[in-house]
Amino acid sequence: MMGDIVNAVVWVLLIAGGFFMVTGSVGMVRLPDVFTRMHAAGMVDTMGAGLTLAGLCVYSLHDGTGLVAVRLVLVLAFLWFTSPIATHAVAKAALSGGTTPYTVRGAQAGAGKDARGGGAPDAARQAPADGERGVGDPS
Amino acid sequence: MNRAPWLWAILFALWLVLSWHFTPLFLFFGVVTCSIAVLVVTRMGILDRESLPLHLAWRAATYVPWLVWEIFKSNVRVARIILSPRIRVDPSIVHFRASQRTDLGRFIYANSITLTPGTVTTGIVGDDFEVHAIVQEEIDGSEENIMNRRVAQLEGEAE
Amino acid sequence: MFAVSAAAVLVCMVLAMLRAVLGPTAYDRVLALNNIGTKTVVLIAVLGFVNGRPDFLDLALAYALINFIGTIAVLKYIEYGDLGVSAPRETGTE
Repeated sequence: MMGDIVNAVVWVLLIAGGFFMVTGSVGMVRLPDVFTRMHAAGMVDTMGAGLTLAGLCVYSLHDGTGLVAVRLVLVLAFLWFTSPIATHAVAKAALSGGTTPYTVRGAQAGAGKDARGGGAPDAARQAPADGERGVGDPS
Repeated sequence: MNRAPWLWAILFALWLVLSWHFTPLFLFFGVVTCSIAVLVVTRMGILDRESLPLHLAWRAATYVPWLVWEIFKSNVRVARIILSPRIRVDPSIVHFRASQRTDLGRFIYANSITLTPGTVTTGIVGDDFEVHAIVQEEIDGSEENIMNRRVAQLEGEAE
Repeated sequence: MFAVSAAAVLVCMVLAMLRAVLGPTAYDRVLALNNIGTKTVVLIAVLGFVNGRPDFLDLALAYALINFIGTIAVLKYIEYGDLGVSAPRETGTE
């Protein structure tokens, strides 16, 4: 009886986590530019991983291996502490690397489907033609 | 408050949880490792209010569940944007002032903003926050202001 | 039931890999790689339960940290062109 309830809770948590993870990944493919994709990546990092690990946590608590649950909480804590810092680092690097954020106005101005350029104040900083920035030194 | 014993206790608890061996040899290794770590940290002089914010522990107990609930709600909103058949995003970069007094408070606020999908902090200069939002409503709503107030509460009246 | 979850994570990794291959800018690729790393952490944890050996969690813990440091290192390399300690001081960080 108790086992059935726990099983149902684990199923719900795992499916919800999987839903958010798939949705975030689909968003990473569908959304128009780096900055909007960042929000989709945030979904995978927060609720996708969070609910999945919570499901494992409930299962291991019922299973009698409480130590595993503590480790799962540690994994989740590390993920949630590091994910915003990594996201912020990508955002800051993309901004200072000359990627112009996608805006609706810029897209309507006909700057192409990926729409870097137009709309944002400092389009002049966008030195490389494609928005592509070479890895490493050209020299 | 002397923070070194607290750090030692936390590190040793982590050691016990990760190793789960209670033979004298492993306990001895744990004591030696934690002592060396605490010694190095104190000699570097980086053990202060920012690196080990113990004074926030009690108030964080109410802040973290609230933050998780906020994260869940904004996850649902972003999921609706992504799964709609025609993607309708209206991203923009917004500047606003935060009311935290210490760098630690600003750090917690910036990370909370980034952790909720739909908003990402792209830069902080002083108390001026630069935030990228996926749709205007994510940032215009009162929610960020509530978060601002709650982080300021979490920060407390110290100093 | 854990196998279903593992399959979902694998599908997500394929989608993120698609973005890493397509991504027009280097930052798209870094973002996708960071995301694949997060999914790897979850996958390791879930696979531990599939096999009935949750000892794998220690690997997940270590991988979470390595993934973060790797992302920061790649970003620094893209921004400054090398991993030298003195590079940020010379170039200035605004």
